[in-house]
Amino acid sequence: MTDASLPKPRSELGEILYHLVRDPLGLAGLIIVLAILASAVLAPWIAPYDPIALNVPDRLQGPSAAHLMGTDQLGRDTFSRVIWGGRVALQVALPTIGGAIFFGLLLGMIAGYGPRWLDNLIVLLFDTIRSFPTVMFALAVVALVGPSLNTVILVIMVTSIPTYGRVVRTLTQSLKEAEFITAEKSLGASTPRIMAVHLLPNVLGPLAVLAAMDIPTVVGLEAGLSFLGMGVKPPTPSWGSLLNDGYNLIRNTPWLIIAGGIPLILTTVGFTFLGEALRDVVDPKLRGKGGK
Amino acid sequence: MAVLDIRGLSVGYSTPRGELRALRDVSMMVPEGKIVGIVGESGCGKSTLISAIIRLMAPNARVGAGEVRFQGRDLLAETEAQMRALRGTQISMVFQDPMQTHNPVLTVGRQMMDIQYRERLSRAEKRQRAERMLALVGIPDPEARLNQYPFEFSGGMRQRIAIAMALMAKPALLIADEPTTALDATLEVEIIKRLRELQDEIGCGVLFISHHLGVIAELCDEVVVMYAGEVVETGSVRDVFHAPAHPYTRALLECDPGHIKVKTRVLPTIPGNIPDLVNLPGGCIFADRCERRHAACAARPAMALAGDGQRAACHLITERETA
Ligand SMILES: Nc1ncnc2c1ncn2[C@@H]1O[C@H](COP(=O)(O)OP(=O)(O)OP(=O)(O)O)[C@@H](O)[C@H]1O
Ligand code: SF4
Ligand SMILES: [Mg+2]
Repeated sequence: MTDASLPKPRSELGEILYHLVRDPLGLAGLIIVLAILASAVLAPWIAPYDPIALNVPDRLQGPSAAHLMGTDQLGRDTFSRVIWGGRVALQVALPTIGGAIFFGLLLGMIAGYGPRWLDNLIVLLFDTIRSFPTVMFALAVVALVGPSLNTVILVIMVTSIPTYGRVVRTLTQSLKEAEFITAEKSLGASTPRIMAVHLLPNVLGPLAVLAAMDIPTVVGLEAGLSFLGMGVKPPTPSWGSLLNDGYNLIRNTPWLIIAGGIPLILTTVGFTFLGEALRDVVDPKLRGKGGK
Repeated sequence: MAVLDIRGLSVGYSTPRGELRALRDVSMMVPEGKIVGIVGESGCGKSTLISAIIRLMAPNARVGAGEVRFQGRDLLAETEAQMRALRGTQISMVFQDPMQTHNPVLTVGRQMMDIQYRERLSRAEKRQRAERMLALVGIPDPEARLNQYPFEFSGGMRQRIAIAMALMAKPALLIADEPTTALDATLEVEIIKRLRELQDEIGCGVLFISHHLGVIAELCDEVVVMYAGEVVETGSVRDVFHAPAHPYTRALLECDPGHIKVKTRVLPTIPGNIPDLVNLPGGCIFADRCERRHAACAARPAMALAGDGQRAACHLITERETA
């Protein structure tokens, strides 16, 4: 087993990346995801036009050298709006998923490790949140406080917490009975130590997979809410509002729908590939065993 | 002085059927630097005893009475924080199933460094210590091995790692709950030899639980025989195995065809069943299965001196003296 060719010790993250890029699916996912991230971060430099600058004389054009994806009914450059729309999508997705992971971890671990009554209380909370359909819940909140990016973030985050929390709770429950936890206790580990050093790394892998798979859902949800006019407010570019405009103007031009749909599809494919590949890589036991 | 001195310990589990009295009035000790073995059928309370010593008991367990004196301190009176400070430093443990005792997603090095969290050492020093311990338990190429995950090791290797982790802080007492039961016979011999060497070097007391009479005979200085939650015989391995004083011990040894020379994998079975620990019969706990049962056995026998340092709980001993 051990020989001179044994790879040099890498950090856990390095190890995961190393195996990820050797899996074609993972590599493809990673490239798509990085491209989306890069275009969102670099939007001000990449986008050829101001995404909200009106240019009515040039409205509803097809693709051309000047406008790669044509223009919309107000003459705004669609390509620039797609790029900036990615920024909005990630502005919604990242804090949403980040917050959902944070609270999901916190509540899930407390529920899984803590006393019975606390577990029951937290599960009740999860069930209550989940009993509202996300879109209905969002519509209700938006009707109350008006549409805004922050409302969308908050609503999607809150409704996503139970998804993460339940996974964490189940994993924690099965892990806390594991013999290695007793073994660690017998060597003097305290409860916070067991949670941080031993439970967390066991939970983080599956959670990362879940998050990667969940990002397209959140982006789609944002698009859906914006499509319904409940999300991002009009001049701000969003894939959802692009789709909405495209839908209304379908008789005039197909390009808006296509421009709004492609990034959504790419996001879904990219993150799903990444999630699938991560699934095989976060578990050291599966790592490097003849990837697909 | 004894590192571990247990006196009159009783532990019960609350169950839907009522209290299951898993340990009753158990007394035993581990002298400094000695290896003491515990034998007894499955369910006689060996694991319960250990969990009471390190105070990691099942939620439904309750200590009824007794003392667990470790270097003079009663562990049952310590706070949880005091216990935690002892675990892994003064008292360590090795478990039965080496495949389950390591965190699957952390490298062995990471885990071995992590358990040194109480030491004021640099990361490099902790790593070096971990490496030295792995070498000591006989793991080749320890430096590279530290970067591997538990699943990359065989069962025997993993048990060595567990032993290395338990002995890292040079504890005064090592408790091993059937550490070789899950391994095959050749590995078992290897591990036992290594354990003996390490114990010699560190000078710690060892409480060693096994189903395997041969291993006890080979490894231990003293032996404690348990039956249905009670200690029925104690003494040096030589005395107890050559001249068993309690009918249960005798039955165990007689059922073992080659006596202790042939290494049976499991404890030999003797006819009959252990009594129901929820509804205990009165009198001698072994009476149901004892060939020598007589009138006096309706009363519970006390531990009596059967020879030089050898004690057993059977009326025959006191009767022989008075006769
Ligand atoms: N949490 C529990 N609740 C109720 N009864 C228990 C519990 N744990 C153990 N017991 C019972 O207590 C008795 C002693 O169990 P213990 O596990 O200490 O035995 P053991 O000698 O370690 O057995 P083995 O050799 O199988 O490991 C058994 O009758 C068992 O069924
Ligand atoms: S006291 Fe009686 S029943 Fe119990 S072991 Fe001795 S002889 Fe047998
Ligand atoms: Mg046991």
